[in-house]
Amino acid sequence: MAQMNLLQAINNALDIAMAEDDSTLCFGEDVGHFGGVFRATSGLQEKYGKARCFNTPLAEQGIVGFANGLAAQGSRPVAEIQFADYIFPAFDQIVNESAKFRYRSGNEFNVGRLTIRTPYGGGIAGGLYHSQSPEAYFAHTPGLKIVVPRNPYQAKGLLLASIRDDNPVIFFEPKRLYRASVGEVPEDDYQLPIGKAEVISQGSDITLLGWGAQMEVIEKAAELAANEGISCELIDLRSILPWDVETVAQSVMKTGRLLISHEASITGGFAGEVAATIQDECFLHLESPIARVCGVDTPYPLSLEKEHMADHLKIFEAIKRSVHY
Amino acid sequence: MNARTHMPKKYPSGAEVHSPAFIDGHSVAIPILKILKEDGTLYPSADLPELDQAKAEKVYRAFAFHRVLDERMIAAQRQGRISFYMTALGEEATTVGGAAALEPQDMIMAQYREQGCLIYRGFSLEDFMNQMFSNEKDLGKGRQMPIHYGSNELNYMTISSPLGTQIPQAAGYAYGQKLQGKDAVTLCMFGEGAASEGDFHAGLNMAAVHQAPVIFFCRNNGYAISTPSDEQYVGNGIASRGVGYGMKTIRIDGNDVLAVMKAMQLARSYALEHQAPVLIEAMSYRLGAHSTSDDPSGYRSKEEEAKWQAHDPIARFKTWLINQKWWDDARDKTLYESLREEILAAVKVAEKVAKPPVEDLVTDVYDQVPKHLEKQLTDLKEHINKYPEAYPFTAGRF
Ligand SMILES: Cc1ncc(C[n+]2csc(CCOP(=O)(O)OP(=O)(O)O)c2C)c(N)n1
Repeated sequence: MAQMNLLQAINNALDIAMAEDDSTLCFGEDVGHFGGVFRATSGLQEKYGKARCFNTPLAEQGIVGFANGLAAQGSRPVAEIQFADYIFPAFDQIVNESAKFRYRSGNEFNVGRLTIRTPYGGGIAGGLYHSQSPEAYFAHTPGLKIVVPRNPYQAKGLLLASIRDDNPVIFFEPKRLYRASVGEVPEDDYQLPIGKAEVISQGSDITLLGWGAQMEVIEKAAELAANEGISCELIDLRSILPWDVETVAQSVMKTGRLLISHEASITGGFAGEVAATIQDECFLHLESPIARVCGVDTPYPLSLEKEHMADHLKIFEAIKRSVHY
Repeated sequence: MNARTHMPKKYPSGAEVHSPAFIDGHSVAIPILKILKEDGTLYPSADLPELDQAKAEKVYRAFAFHRVLDERMIAAQRQGRISFYMTALGEEATTVGGAAALEPQDMIMAQYREQGCLIYRGFSLEDFMNQMFSNEKDLGKGRQMPIHYGSNELNYMTISSPLGTQIPQAAGYAYGQKLQGKDAVTLCMFGEGAASEGDFHAGLNMAAVHQAPVIFFCRNNGYAISTPSDEQYVGNGIASRGVGYGMKTIRIDGNDVLAVMKAMQLARSYALEHQAPVLIEAMSYRLGAHSTSDDPSGYRSKEEEAKWQAHDPIARFKTWLINQKWWDDARDKTLYESLREEILAAVKVAEKVAKPPVEDLVTDVYDQVPKHLEKQLTDLKEHINKYPEAYPFTAGRF
């Protein structure tokens, strides 16, 4: 075991993936010698050469289109989009191409080896265009897998699973935690399952569900609740698509209550999907309406970031409302 | 059907050959316009822009303001007073010179490193500061990161971080100006990195096909963050692409403000007269870091940077002004000293101005605040009242 921050864990996973398979490539804006603006790909060009780890021209549409071509050819591209806010120029390539390659060709062709990594989320004073959490747009697209780790250990295991998965995966990295989150990470190879949620701690009064950087906020809220004698069960969804209905439903049947929290705006966010499914699965077990604590329905502002965010206090208040419904 | 009768008016043409002859970007040699030498003297027989003493002094004052603003704001960022900053060190001639060749009614649609245009147009020191400190007096209401300026009054479109998006928009804006018979053009500025985006290609093609009076101005400064331009494109720079899209194109020395002004003045009159687009590629160098979040020592050498120090556009222009007897060292010293004081004082004022009120969170998402946002605001206020100490900027103000 070694102490690693989230970036080091990602770098380590990429290193393992490139070492085991010559056809694994890492590329994107500034990804080459510089190692990416966050340094997630540091040292990889030196180790595996310029042909396998390189800078691309500044064109997200080009990066993902190129990666689609590589994946269709049988290579294993791991493409970096510098910020999740800038994934939208590649939206067409992802939604119309990556997601539909296999289906439209009757499995004659596929881009299953594609992985797109991208830093997402707020809390870094990044304003409108360096703070977005766009997972819900992609969750509306059949054919993609969407994974969001919450700490270094999860990041390494889930990234290796994503790279080896035979479907296109979008891997959202919580950039607020890149250097802030440090933990024990095994140095050797391991994988964590995609599509499986993790119950982080057991509780009896309410289930709190989230993913990525939001887990930290939810944990803080659970501590406040514990001081008031409320016992929370914490679940990290880990993958948005496919998502683990069973684990969440089992928990809600036990606690009778569910609160979902994400950073993105509430309307059309993935919490809505979870709420609809769980009320379907657990209707007779629910003791209060399923609560959603999410971002305000505005773009992500700079100066009123705190007001916009689904912070621990807003979650704490919602926990109390739910429990005392 | 006979293909000939359907031949477009401007069918691609050239000499007929009977053994294959490939061409590439370098087959089209692109000259570079230089007017002012490094030593502050003119190239013999160089064609000067229209520039009288008053305008020359205005350009120089904008240069000085720019240098001091950049220097002070980097320091302010290092002291933790603002979160982020971007200098245009070494590239000031492209933006100040660009704006100086325009009329106030011309729209400017920039990328982010073009504060020189705003300085020349007279964006006030207070306005700069209020934006960077995201306070309640910021014209953009504190919503965007520092350096995302915008001013309707000064015809400077508010900056959007996603690269290249302004390029097709500029084509559309200019086309609108044309349809309405406006005596105005649009200037669209971007980096050589952004010229790789799909929006660049879409924008140039739209402008060329629909003949919009837009001046596309590429600041080719050698780097897009850490990516050097030889990993950004292959071929004869960005200018060769203008040729490909069928528009009037010129390459200039971007560190020579007289060349920038000359090319821009001609581009403006061409775009107005012919109601058609022009592409300018200004060759320069990004002397500073990409932004305060970047460390260029990770991707380039000190020697390379030092080499470019010698091409400083401001020093070159200053020598020329002094040679013209339009400027002198004593006035220079006073100017820089007073600018340093003014800017420092303005920082101190702006950082004390309150943050925007909580209502600003929900306004301007739409023209009017819809019901669902009204409800979200009411709930938020109730929550803030419960935990005033957690929301120090907005608590107690409604
Ligand atoms: C669509 C998009 N992708 C990526 C980024 C991140 N980014 C910001 S600036 C930059 C480099 C831009 O270089 P260039 O256009 O050459 O301008 P310069 O910074 O050199 O002035 C990048 C990659 C962005 N803002 N927008």
